[in-house]
Order: sequence, then structure tokens, then C-alpha cells
Amino acid sequence: MGKEIKILSPTAILGYGFPRSSWEKGLQAKPDLIAVDGGSVDPGPFYLGSGKSFTDRSGVKRDLRYMLNGAVELDIPLLIGTAGGAGADSHLEWCREIIAEIAREDGLKFDLAVIGAEISKKKVRDWYRQGKFQENGDLPINEEEIDKAERIVAQMGSEPFINALKEGAQVILAGRAYDPSVFAAYPIWKGYDPALALHLGKILECAAIASEPGSGRDAMLGILGEDYFQVEPLNSKRRCTPTSVAAHTLYEKKDPIHLPGPGGELNLEETTFKAIGERQVEVRGTRFVPTPSYFLKLEGAKKTGYRTISIAGVRDPIMIREMDNIIREVRAEVEDNFQGDIDPSRFHLLFRTYGKNGVMGDLEPAPFEGHELGLVIEAVAPTQAWADTLCSFARSTMLHYGYAGRISTAGNLAFPYSPSDFSGGAVYEFNIHHLVEIEDPAGQFPVKFSPGFEGRDPDA
Amino acid sequence: MPKISLIELCRVIRSKNAGPFELTLDLIFKNTEDYEKVKEIQGINPGLISRLYRVPEKDVLSLVYFDPARAIKATIKRPYGAGSLGETDVYGAQQHAPLLGVELDLPADFDKQ
Repeated sequence: MGKEIKILSPTAILGYGFPRSSWEKGLQAKPDLIAVDGGSVDPGPFYLGSGKSFTDRSGVKRDLRYMLNGAVELDIPLLIGTAGGAGADSHLEWCREIIAEIAREDGLKFDLAVIGAEISKKKVRDWYRQGKFQENGDLPINEEEIDKAERIVAQMGSEPFINALKEGAQVILAGRAYDPSVFAAYPIWKGYDPALALHLGKILECAAIASEPGSGRDAMLGILGEDYFQVEPLNSKRRCTPTSVAAHTLYEKKDPIHLPGPGGELNLEETTFKAIGERQVEVRGTRFVPTPSYFLKLEGAKKTGYRTISIAGVRDPIMIREMDNIIREVRAEVEDNFQGDIDPSRFHLLFRTYGKNGVMGDLEPAPFEGHELGLVIEAVAPTQAWADTLCSFARSTMLHYGYAGRISTAGNLAFPYSPSDFSGGAVYEFNIHHLVEIEDPAGQFPVKFSPGFEGRDPDA
Repeated sequence: MPKISLIELCRVIRSKNAGPFELTLDLIFKNTEDYEKVKEIQGINPGLISRLYRVPEKDVLSLVYFDPARAIKATIKRPYGAGSLGETDVYGAQQHAPLLGVELDLPADFDKQ
């Protein structure tokens, strides 16, 4: 040790992009590592459930082209976490194919390691039977829920990355990972303080979001020393301030002082944030408190059904006044019409009233006032055909519904589109979001090496 | 007593998911003096959050005053997992509006501080 480690974080999520000028400044700083987080649960359960990427292929390829070329040119590691947004095997394969394509197109060669994060249902069931699950309030876990999950991933810590680095991997592509892991693994491997490495990783995983003005589409440089780290945005239009960096541990977290992760929690009770010059901030004093045993977070999503929606506006003040009654009566007519064909317990019919409580639902404290409503009719049913049918029927019933006090008798809804209905495909929900106690932090995540990878392997 | 609104006191007022099952609210103050004053009187407290969002106080999972960022963070239980049936805001990013209307009673000498 003694030397500082420089870590380049080009963007908040792989595919979100970064200005070319910031990237070039990042390379000029001669980083020891480039790392990027590829995902998030924020976009909802669809991506884990369906196995599709949440980030766009062209955007991801554009970012990866810079990063792969940069890593090869400087001969430094490149670590990528939570491939494809959700980090299951299909996302990993999707991202690996993009890497292979770039390697072929640009004539690159590197030692590649791919680390899986999808956990078999059998293994999850075994953990459940062995009592390894920690209860999670209102999300009951049982074998039926495990079976229903389309796929289940675990958030890996730094350990699997460290193992791959030890084996000589230069480019590491991983499935679902605890966001800071890709930044912290290399310095932890090199003997730096895990607490500072992880806290730095927490900031870098959002790239320049912790600067002012913040941006997820711009690069940040982290510099880690023996008992401190510094962060600096690479775009001179931005600056880090003690407040902007301290405030970052608030972001998307429940508690800014105790930040739990694989193996333990970061404790910020004694952390200090000090300005260094105009644009840099130095952080000291963060501690890591290991938990008595090691917990991994599991994420799973199950299919709820299929969705069809119809969008319409309402301008008639009498209709608006009567809306709650109309919705209730239309729902009853839909249920009545298909009695014997589909039981109401097997589908969901939702009416969203934008302008009234469309954004906050039951949490909305403001009384309604306004002269028009945006209406979204939504049906979720066991098949797409049923969702189409139910949405269509609710829409046509509402269009011509003779509500109390009606004086506009030609039609109740203003449709912006023809066709008026949109089939939305499969719908998912998170049904596993639990901690499990495990023995071996790296053992759950299989590593596949491709030494001298050039984008061509028949078994890929 | 003079009333002062959170919009006047805060530089940032925002909401966001903290994982799929929690919604977190952040208030970042413009200056340390105002923050300290609000902290002293515990102007933001679980009771207020419970009333604003019409959730039982037990569903206000945490409320933390975080000095280094002169910020207050409250986290409430989401009514359902993010993106589940009936979801209105997958990212939870537009649930901050009730905070914008909050006015606090601060001690009379507040302005002189």
C-alpha cells in the first residue's frame, strides 16, 4: 500500500452514457480500475420477471465500447455489475454477447470472467427448508412462492470479484451484484480498508449524481488512500461539496448512517466530509461492522398475468362528479357480462383517474378540483386474450354508460388514439425480497473464465 | 408564532423508493442554522409524516436527522411492492408533494438567528 488507487466511474448505469470529454479526462487521470453498475430494482419487477434488459442495447454497446477499449489500452481491470439491469442469466448472456461483438469488431483481446448470480429454485428451496431465510414483514415466503418465481437472483458482495481478479481476469461481467461491489472489490483485494472502499463504491455507483449539478450521465473519479478517499467529477462544470457527497448516502436508502450490505453494514456515525479545493471532497472515518453471519439478499419476481390498457380523457363536469359511481357500476357490468366465463377473482380491473389521485392513490391528501380527468382503464387477466376482452368491454361500457344526471348522450370518453386499447404483455411482481444466511459468500456465484477472449467461442 | 414553509427552508425535497418495499422522503436544508432549528424543535417527526401520508405511525419505519448533509430522512412502508398491481409510481419519485405544503411553527426569535 502507500500508493493511492484511482477508480473511474463513467456512468450511473451502463447504457446511460457519458460525455466523451469527461471520459477522456478520466483516462488521462490514469485510473487503476474502471467499474460500472449495470442495474437497479427501481424500474420494477418486469425485467427480472421477463429476463429482458432494462437498458437499451445500443446505449449499452456504446458505453461498453469506450470502457473495453480504455481498459485494454491502459491494461487495467474493468468490472461490470448487474448486467442487463436485473442480473439474471439471460441478462448476463445478453451483455456477454455485446462484449463479444465489440471484441470482434475492435480486435480486442482480454481475459474475461463471467460471474452468474441466478440461484436455482432447488437451492433456494433447500435454504428455505433449512431455515436460512429471514422473515420480511408483509412478503410471506414459502415453497409455493419460490416455485412461482420466474427467476431468482442473489446480490453478490465483493468476494466473487476478488476471486476472479486473483485468477487474473481483466474484464469481469457479473450478474446481480450489490452496487458498490464492482468498485470495492479491487481495492479490498489490494489490502485497502473495506469500509472506505465500500463507501467510495456507494458514491461511485451513481457516477456524478453526488456532484452539483448532479448527473447520472457523467463521470466521477474516486481516489482511495490508506485512511481516506476523495471524489471529483471529471466534468469541470460540476463540483463535489461536503453536502453533496454527504447527502448522497441518503439517496434511495432508508437510513443514511447505517447502510446494510452483504456481510455487514457501513456505519457513518463518525464520518467526516471535507472540501479539498473547489471541486473535490475528502471522506474519512467510515466504519464497517460485520454481521455475525453472512447474509445475501435474494430477489425474485413472479408473473401476475397479462395487461391491456385503454387511455381516455373526460371533460364533462357531471361525468367527473359521478366518476366514483360510474367506475363502480361499470365494474359490476363487466363482472355480470362474463359471469360463468371468468370469475372476478381471476382478473383485475383498474380505473386510474389522473387529475384526481392518479399519482398518489390512497396517499393523496389534496381534495379534488379540476375540469378534466385523464382515465386509464386497465385489465390484468390470466391470458392476453382475456385482458384484451375485459379492457375492451369495460371501455365500450364506459363510453356509452348512462350514468345518473347524464345530459351528454353521444359518448362519455375522449380517446386520443385509434386503436384505443393497447396490449401490454406479461405483468410481474416482486415476490421474493429476502435475506438468507449462507456459509460461503463466493460459493453461490459460478465463475466462467475465457482467457484471451476475442469474442469468438463456439460454446458461448 | 411565525410560520415558515419547508419550500423556503429546503434546497431539496424529494421522494424515492428505498428498495421495492419502502418509500423514502428526503429534506435537504439550505443552511445549517435552519436545519439545526428544525432539529431542535423536532419539526419533522413521525407523527407529521403519518398524518401527511395518512399511514399509521408504525408504518413510518425510520426518521433520521443527518447532520453532515443537513438533511432529514423519513422512510415509510410502501402500500405494495414497487410495480405490483395498482402501482401509481414505480420509482416512487412523485410522492413528495404533500411535504411542499408543510409549514412549521418556529420559535419567535427564529428570524433573528
